[in-house]
Amino acid sequence: MLKDHAKLMHAIAVSEEIVGRKKLQKMIYIAKNIAFPFQERFQFHFYGPYSEELTLRVEELCNMGFLNELKEKKGGYYQYRYTLTETGKEFLDINAVDMPSLQDCLLDMNSQNARFLELVSTVLYFSDLSKEEVKEKVFTLKSKQRYTDEEVEQAYQYIESLREKAGLH
Amino acid sequence: MAYSAEKLNEEKVFKDPVHRYIHVRDRVIWDLIGTKEFQRLRRIKQLGTTYLTFHGAEHSRFNHSLGVYEIVRRISDDVFLGRPEWNEEDRMLTLCAALLHDLGHGPFSHSFEKVFDLDHEHFTRAIILGNTEVNKVLTRVNADFPQQVADVIAKTSKNKLVVSLISSQIDADRMDYLQRDAYFTGVSYGHFDMERILRVMRPREDQVVIKQSGMHAVEDYIMSRYQMYWQVYFHPVTRSAEVILTKILHRTKDLHEQKYRFKYDPIHFYSLFNGEITLEDYIKLDEAIILYYFQMWQEEEDQILKDLCCRFMDRNLYKYVEFDPAKEYKKLAELSALFKKAGIDPEYYLVVDSSSDLPYDFYRPGEEEERLPIHLLLKNGDIRELSRESEIVDAISGKRRTDHKLYYPADFIADNRKKPTIKKQIRTLLEID
Repeated sequence: MLKDHAKLMHAIAVSEEIVGRKKLQKMIYIAKNIAFPFQERFQFHFYGPYSEELTLRVEELCNMGFLNELKEKKGGYYQYRYTLTETGKEFLDINAVDMPSLQDCLLDMNSQNARFLELVSTVLYFSDLSKEEVKEKVFTLKSKQRYTDEEVEQAYQYIESLREKAGLH
Repeated sequence: MAYSAEKLNEEKVFKDPVHRYIHVRDRVIWDLIGTKEFQRLRRIKQLGTTYLTFHGAEHSRFNHSLGVYEIVRRISDDVFLGRPEWNEEDRMLTLCAALLHDLGHGPFSHSFEKVFDLDHEHFTRAIILGNTEVNKVLTRVNADFPQQVADVIAKTSKNKLVVSLISSQIDADRMDYLQRDAYFTGVSYGHFDMERILRVMRPREDQVVIKQSGMHAVEDYIMSRYQMYWQVYFHPVTRSAEVILTKILHRTKDLHEQKYRFKYDPIHFYSLFNGEITLEDYIKLDEAIILYYFQMWQEEEDQILKDLCCRFMDRNLYKYVEFDPAKEYKKLAELSALFKKAGIDPEYYLVVDSSSDLPYDFYRPGEEEERLPIHLLLKNGDIRELSRESEIVDAISGKRRTDHKLYYPADFIADNRKKPTIKKQIRTLLEID
């Protein structure tokens, strides 16, 4: 019953708070791609993998009063801060979600910046390609972000470290 | 002559109820249509379970794919031809991507993808890049061509203009399915002046833009889309059929995990159950195969699978009540407990289904959104986002509408032969007494 909503609420609850829609998108994509059973489907958009279904679910949760969305002005643009409301916590108490080791992974991702998570998620999105092909994709499709070779290498290492945290090794 | 430039001796035409005719002159397109992977789309309905609500909605993804191809062909050959921003060399890439964009859809995709964690886009790529007839045709154009087509469909191509023709908020895909679905369902919504929109489309480096004079036609298109979503795609009866279909698949998967011995062995499902589906297995799946199993499973020993299949095949669907998850989630937990007491498994017979749509959204540089907006080309050559010019579009921009319904089997709840008191409590909670 509303299991997919509960999973997402659980993700935000264990992350304590998530700042930025892009960051939220990338965290869930990376978690899903690595090991965790999120149902939202992703496609490639401006900032890498993006899920319309996830955007939709977040909006639903806000409308239901389970999630709190705070719009904040940051520099020249707005960003959004997501936390669970008290009602959301009550809902999650009734609809417990069992995803051990998700918290470790999400807290780690939450400490990274959205730009790096965008790179990590893009690398994962093209994971069936060779490293050289992935680099070419990153440098072509993400030319405005000006990622370096070194950053792509870091992304690969980071993915491995997350897999270890998720207990995949 | 290069294969990509080869023309048929005579133009082939397909009679089509939406575009009147689909015109094919290119050998590559004709060969692609003839492949077994493309022909398979004849056996996959465009609108899944919608035919149980709108009986005319029996059209296939084959029809729609040809329709998207025809729209793109007209844009490329009539509207963009000779314009400096349009590269003629992209023509064949665009046509192939349009024709093949839905190639990986399976039977009842929505339910299948949810239950078996599949992604039709993955299979579209796999068919285009794998050992298939489609791949052989595309490779004859050149060795990189299959990858280029796959990249456009996956939106990972650097050619943003071509991507936007196939996939954006005003693309050939949507323009075809709105009109086609309206035609086959028989509803009066979904109509808009596509001829006008095509005439005012202009190519730019990164996307298609619309001349300002065509703004009202675009407004009409956006409103058509809004109405089709709520009147057809999210129809509550269709959603009920979808709920039952999804539950059949869940039950089958659960029974397999419990080592249940099926009277009619689901051999076509084994690789799905094991999460190891190959391209070869996937291509074999179509709606005829799935409906065969549903027909046979009406004779299974398992009462839940049997009942769900009977419901789907005989269109004895679940009823529904409006549901507000924020206010009623505790009631849902109560109902779930009562269903268990009444001997009705809530996992299969008490389902919340949510539908939601955003008619139009815009993205402005510096914001965190990821949707490419519709841009108008003003008379002075400037480009302006649609909702800044159109009051109608501005009024609905970014406004999402969501609808939640709670589905249940009314016949079970009304049957007072067993546990009448509990069933009375259920009816009271559902407010249907």
